[in-house]
Amino acid sequence: MADFITLKDLWFSYDPENVKDRENYILKGISLGIEEGSFVCVLGHNGSGKSTLAKIMNLVCTPTSGSVTVDGRTITEEPDEDTVFEIRGKVGMVFQNPDNQLVTTIVEDDVAFGPENLGVPSEEIRKRVDAALATVGMTEYAKHSTSMLSGGQKQRVAIAGVLAMQPRCIIFDESTAMLDPQGRRAVMDTIEKLHSEKGMTIIHITHNMDEAVNADRVIVVNDGRIFLDGTPSEVFSQEKKLREAGLGVLQVTELFGMLTRELGMKLPGGITDNRKGAEILSSALKNGKN
Amino acid sequence: MLRDITLGQYFPGDSVIHRMDPAVKILASVVYMVAVFLCRNIWSFAFILAASVFSTAVSKIPFRAVLKSMKPLVIILLITTFINVFFYEGETVLVSWHFIHITLEGILNALLIAVRIICLLIGTSVILTYTTSPIDITDGIERLLKPLAMLGVDVHIFAMMMAIALRFIPTLIEETDRIISAQKARGADFDSGNLVSRAKALIPVLIPLFAAALRHALDLATAMECRCYHGGEGRTKMNERKPKAGDFVLLGAFVIIGACVIIINKYAPGFNTGSVTGA
Repeated sequence: MADFITLKDLWFSYDPENVKDRENYILKGISLGIEEGSFVCVLGHNGSGKSTLAKIMNLVCTPTSGSVTVDGRTITEEPDEDTVFEIRGKVGMVFQNPDNQLVTTIVEDDVAFGPENLGVPSEEIRKRVDAALATVGMTEYAKHSTSMLSGGQKQRVAIAGVLAMQPRCIIFDESTAMLDPQGRRAVMDTIEKLHSEKGMTIIHITHNMDEAVNADRVIVVNDGRIFLDGTPSEVFSQEKKLREAGLGVLQVTELFGMLTRELGMKLPGGITDNRKGAEILSSALKNGKN
Repeated sequence: MLRDITLGQYFPGDSVIHRMDPAVKILASVVYMVAVFLCRNIWSFAFILAASVFSTAVSKIPFRAVLKSMKPLVIILLITTFINVFFYEGETVLVSWHFIHITLEGILNALLIAVRIICLLIGTSVILTYTTSPIDITDGIERLLKPLAMLGVDVHIFAMMMAIALRFIPTLIEETDRIISAQKARGADFDSGNLVSRAKALIPVLIPLFAAALRHALDLATAMECRCYHGGEGRTKMNERKPKAGDFVLLGAFVIIGACVIIINKYAPGFNTGSVTGA
């Protein structure tokens, strides 16, 4: 399928007038295409530029040089307001802190906030809000106060708020980072459901490697540049490079590495899937016994 | 402890008063407040008290909740009662000992002023704050202030600021609790010393709180922009409210209550409140 978002030789600094050396920019010449309907995970340690990359994609930040193309529309310099809102209606964004993105006190009012801004007629908003709340499984909380919800529930309301704008792509900017394991699971399930059932383009920014295992594609950002780019198994098998980028290694990959190095076991490298790893280990153990 | 503060506590429900248009409700509560201040004698006070008890019954708000909300008023009631009982210049002296003169009129006056304060609280909370969600109140204010838009006032921005302020009260209360705990863990002492040193002890709480509030504001602004917020222009609403005939009937009922108070004041005999604490 065609690319939904394309970045071409993109450079970005928050303060380009004072940062003379382009080597000190936050993003340094990124070229990237995000295919329509794909699930892309962006990994990187703190300060690697991964969040800024997300902000470029829905024009919270505009490129210092280079271009962004969203759904066939190319933005190079300071765009006019209509273009910005058109693109933000297509590319929704869910942030990290659940408390800082809910605007109103009642759940359904908050979900309605986006479509209200877009000037959607009242009856249509009602339909969209009900559908969005049903998708994230928060229908029974429609009339509740947002302050009484748990972190995971707030984050699902935030997702519903973006869904009600009917975007084609949603960017999750570390949306699971502040949640407990239960809330994290619920939000990840919702994200995966949006991708598989609604065919939405998902860009998930995280530093939790486990969340990237099921993605179609993993991009590792390091020091403002794309460091690794490929399928999860391609990326996660490169133990040395991942450590170089300040990231860890999946537990199963690490275990296989240790078994090979320290016990001299003959095991295949680059295992990223827990189930597959377990199968290989169990068959290796059985063979060892016989 | 901070959680006990209830600001604009809302009891969801489905009574006639709940369903009323918020803008009309604001007008009705203003009419009601004027009526309370117009009361001058025992009969009109009895009437307005009956009217507020009746509205509470109609709103289906539990009486217990209403009584509980009066707790913070006790001190104010005690002070006004004390001043009225001891300093009201009445004619029928009941007790006279040295400089203390307690008169029948003083006691009556104290009683009526207490009733006035209680009625004000019951009425406004039952008509407005208990039966209207904060977002509906701001919506009502926005619509009532709409004529000001002709003078160049951006009414939408004003209403949005109020809505966001209400939304962030619980968040900032949580934040305050967290900062207090964090400072206590670092050995801060909030509970001893005189008033000045206690006030000083709060500085390490207030500064991080301000910083946090600014951070929240910045994040929220970005989130709002991402959801295409661009002021009131071209904006629609999910629940477009228009006052219905029923709303005006209820508003009419409150106007009639006010009129009744004036009539009773004029024609019913009895003790009239004077002024010491004229409230």
